[in-house]
Amino acid sequence: MTRFAWLPEFETRLQTAGIAAHAEKEAPPARALRVAPAEWGLAATVAAQYGCRWAGMWAEADEARMRLYCVLDYAGDPLLLSAEAPLETPEFTSQTPHFPAADRMERHARDLFGVIFTDHPDPRRWTRHRAWPEHWHPLHPDQAGDSPAPGRTPADVDYPFAPVHGNGVFEIPVGPVHAGIIEPGHFRFHAAGEPVLKLEERLGYVHKGIERLAVGRDPAALARLAARVSGDSTVAHTWAACQAMEGVTGVEVPPRALALRGLLAERERVANHLGDIGAICNDVGFAFAHVQTARLRERWQRRSRECFGHRLLMDTLIPGGVARDLAAAGRDALRADHVALRREIGPLFDIIDDHPPLDDRLVGTGVLSREHARALGCTGYLGKASGCNFDLRRDAPYAPYDTLEVPVVTDSEGDTAARVRVRMAEVLASLDLMDQLLDAMPSGETAAPLPTPPPDAIGLGRVEGWRGETLAWVRFDDEGRIARYFPRDPSWFYWPALERLIMGEIVPDFPVCNKSVNGSYSGVDL
Amino acid sequence: MLRILAHILRTGIVTEPPPTINDAALETLGLELRRAIDVRFGRSLALRFIDAGSCNGCELEVHALANPYYDLERFGVGFVASPRHADALLVTGPVSRHMETALRRTWLAIPSPKFVIAAGQCACDGGEFGVSYASYGAVENVVPVDVKIPGCPPRPEDLMLGLLASLHSKIEG
Repeated sequence: MTRFAWLPEFETRLQTAGIAAHAEKEAPPARALRVAPAEWGLAATVAAQYGCRWAGMWAEADEARMRLYCVLDYAGDPLLLSAEAPLETPEFTSQTPHFPAADRMERHARDLFGVIFTDHPDPRRWTRHRAWPEHWHPLHPDQAGDSPAPGRTPADVDYPFAPVHGNGVFEIPVGPVHAGIIEPGHFRFHAAGEPVLKLEERLGYVHKGIERLAVGRDPAALARLAARVSGDSTVAHTWAACQAMEGVTGVEVPPRALALRGLLAERERVANHLGDIGAICNDVGFAFAHVQTARLRERWQRRSRECFGHRLLMDTLIPGGVARDLAAAGRDALRADHVALRREIGPLFDIIDDHPPLDDRLVGTGVLSREHARALGCTGYLGKASGCNFDLRRDAPYAPYDTLEVPVVTDSEGDTAARVRVRMAEVLASLDLMDQLLDAMPSGETAAPLPTPPPDAIGLGRVEGWRGETLAWVRFDDEGRIARYFPRDPSWFYWPALERLIMGEIVPDFPVCNKSVNGSYSGVDL
Repeated sequence: MLRILAHILRTGIVTEPPPTINDAALETLGLELRRAIDVRFGRSLALRFIDAGSCNGCELEVHALANPYYDLERFGVGFVASPRHADALLVTGPVSRHMETALRRTWLAIPSPKFVIAAGQCACDGGEFGVSYASYGAVENVVPVDVKIPGCPPRPEDLMLGLLASLHSKIEG
């Protein structure tokens, strides 16, 4: 099927529902439609019924208008839906009733911009804790100055968690500071005995103002910021931001740079999966697997530093290409590494796959059904383990994946064991992809200078990061600087999925369920 | 079980010797133990870790300290689950405003004498995020800092060197 062949039918559906949709300036690869702010929610109903995947939303504002965007994906085609309202009355209907995944992103837009959703079911603050006064929104055009509340920030102690009533029901508050070495966030469990009746997350603790820090940056500086949206997904976020900027400037990224980006993204995938597979095993007391994968990951990171200059691959991508070429010796070393890693993980993965004590804890634990995974918009290993067969590298391929065959591994069980299996299969698939990339590595330049973008240019970047579909939205101002940047990490959909899959599980299984999902805090707190 | 034992035997020991601590290294680390530590703890250092707003890059490298190449615990440096059990606080990230109170309370909960290690560029000077409406930047803007380990993120060797140097000073001091 050709790209966007479904769009006329979708537009007819909108029309039938009484929605007038106007074609807007495209942000390649996305097509764009605009609807009235009052029809924002209804348009989502139509999209949900049509079978679109809801892939994220964000707000933008200038002196006169508030604008909302959301990305709807159908068969890998991104449709950018927008709506505009006057800045004084930025009122829109909510998409949350139709796409539960929209809930937190709408609250985020409300907190940061002062967007008003007339029928949003949840009035509570999300990203803004208690640092700023009620009517101060850090990204609203009238409030460009610094915070009007310079004193100490009070603890967010009065967040009204939804209560659960009943005999013997008790609450377990956890966080924001956890016992281990992880990011801060708060979990509120309601339990009766051991089974969890409900888990509610309270995030936003590592909100450091990324979206406002981006404003006024040049493309190179934006790439550096994007590299630090989520430390474990540095390649994915930098690539998505670069793609968004490159799409609108007409730069021809050299083929060698694209191949190297693919290599870097797969290296990031392998490193994270290795670490997580071990950490999941460790959470149920199988230290052997943890030590072995930690050893392999360490060697992998050392090679990353040797070949690309950074253990986590930060700042290896720059707008227009990559920061550093891969030398011939590095290429040989990587090939040898791939052979060695395959040899090592063969028996190791066999043990993990077939170790009854491990199965006892992982099989059937933390099940996310396909219906829930779909409804919540999960991509990446979380979606794949629950049977959602989607991968941008195959379904909406960008270079260098457009010339490769990307095997997409899915599972139907949706439990913690399935998430481990999917990760193990992805490590093997990545090794094959990296070998193919090394074999067909084009010669030539590794970066092209980025031309000045046309005024008010907009761009959308979409990359299949190790955690799943990663988006970046960029708007340039008239001087070629960044006027708006929104990175949408897959974790926005992972966190609600965790709340769902822990229901009915026992409290002691929470750590391993959480680890198998591994949502990023920094990636959503922004 | 046999498969596991065979795998362990095949793997062998990969642990490496620690980086050497010399005065120059201490100098470059910017070791600033401001207060004389009047009590000796013995040859161990219990750390409470707190992420005050990082991107999670530093955490990945702090985790790496536990892998068999570094095996930090062999030097008596370990992470504890409660600040009440800690000698020192290891902080990463620029301090987000939302973590200010949590950081301050964690620091207060550590019994004195105590010291604070800022790990990573953001914790040392604000890094890429700096001071903004949402962030206080460097950790020393919120709680007193004794040792700074720069790097984005610092490599495990840098972290190890910084931690061993702290331990060293503490015992000497």
